[in-house]
Amino acid sequence: MNENLFTSFATPTMMGLPIVILIIMFPSILFPSSNRLINNRLISIQQWLVQLTSKQMMAIHNNKGQTWTLMLMSLILFIGSTNLLGLLPHSFTPTTQLSMNLGMAIPLWAGTVFMGFRHKTKAALAHFLPQGTPIFLIPMLVIIETISLFIQPMALAVRLTANITAGHLLIHLIGGATLALMDISPSTALITFIILILLTILEFAVAMIQAYVFTLLVSLYLHDNT
Amino acid sequence: MDVKIGELPSWKVMWDFTPKGIVGAFQRGYCCYYDKYEQVCQCEERGRCWGFYGAYVLFNYCLSCKELKCERPHKHHQGETSVDGAL
Repeated sequence: MNENLFTSFATPTMMGLPIVILIIMFPSILFPSSNRLINNRLISIQQWLVQLTSKQMMAIHNNKGQTWTLMLMSLILFIGSTNLLGLLPHSFTPTTQLSMNLGMAIPLWAGTVFMGFRHKTKAALAHFLPQGTPIFLIPMLVIIETISLFIQPMALAVRLTANITAGHLLIHLIGGATLALMDISPSTALITFIILILLTILEFAVAMIQAYVFTLLVSLYLHDNT
Repeated sequence: MDVKIGELPSWKVMWDFTPKGIVGAFQRGYCCYYDKYEQVCQCEERGRCWGFYGAYVLFNYCLSCKELKCERPHKHHQGETSVDGAL
């Protein structure tokens, strides 16, 4: 059972060929673009959601920060749709792979940091030392702030990976327990089934929240550097 | 509908003010709005969404079929002797 628990996180292959790329590209089909003035319901709802999210997220930024709107909206849509599609039975979730999340987190974080160092060098360097620090603590705090800066992309990636992986594992375990208990005690199996349903609802929320948290943190790093 | 301004009062009197007529007027108005704006690609969006999700689930099931074979319950063979029986 221990081997089977983690096989769902293995990268899928078909006849030796990796098809992860197809699975990563699949969510793009669910967001059709249209050049009509009045669209159908699906596109109208999607456009309304994107406008609502972008207004709420990009309101704090200045003109330079708002140039990242397309990037951040694409990020939240991609992570949200990938996480939600991963809740379908037997599906592979690309955001459970640390490599992919690091591939998203590191370039975005590095982009914000380099932007800050390029356009506001003094302000970016000032982030390494909080205001009002006692003089004898300065060397230690600079080291601590540098470490916390470099941990930011790792924390971004690991947070997303751990949350999604843990949720999927729990669903596997409780689903397996429900199946095993059906022959032994149907009443207990019913209780575990109700727990499974509640957990699935929670996972739907976690999928969307994690996408929002990832994008919001990148947005905050951008705000600090612009 | 071509109604001239001078004929407006007589046209308005021709309306059906019964409850059935009023309900019918609202239904016709909604149907006009629906046909013009909402039924543009209705068949496409519904069929596409559920068809895609179903095909995606089936595709992933076929990929993970080999691993799932291990989880199927095996029937115990009746001819086997247990360790307890030998002791």
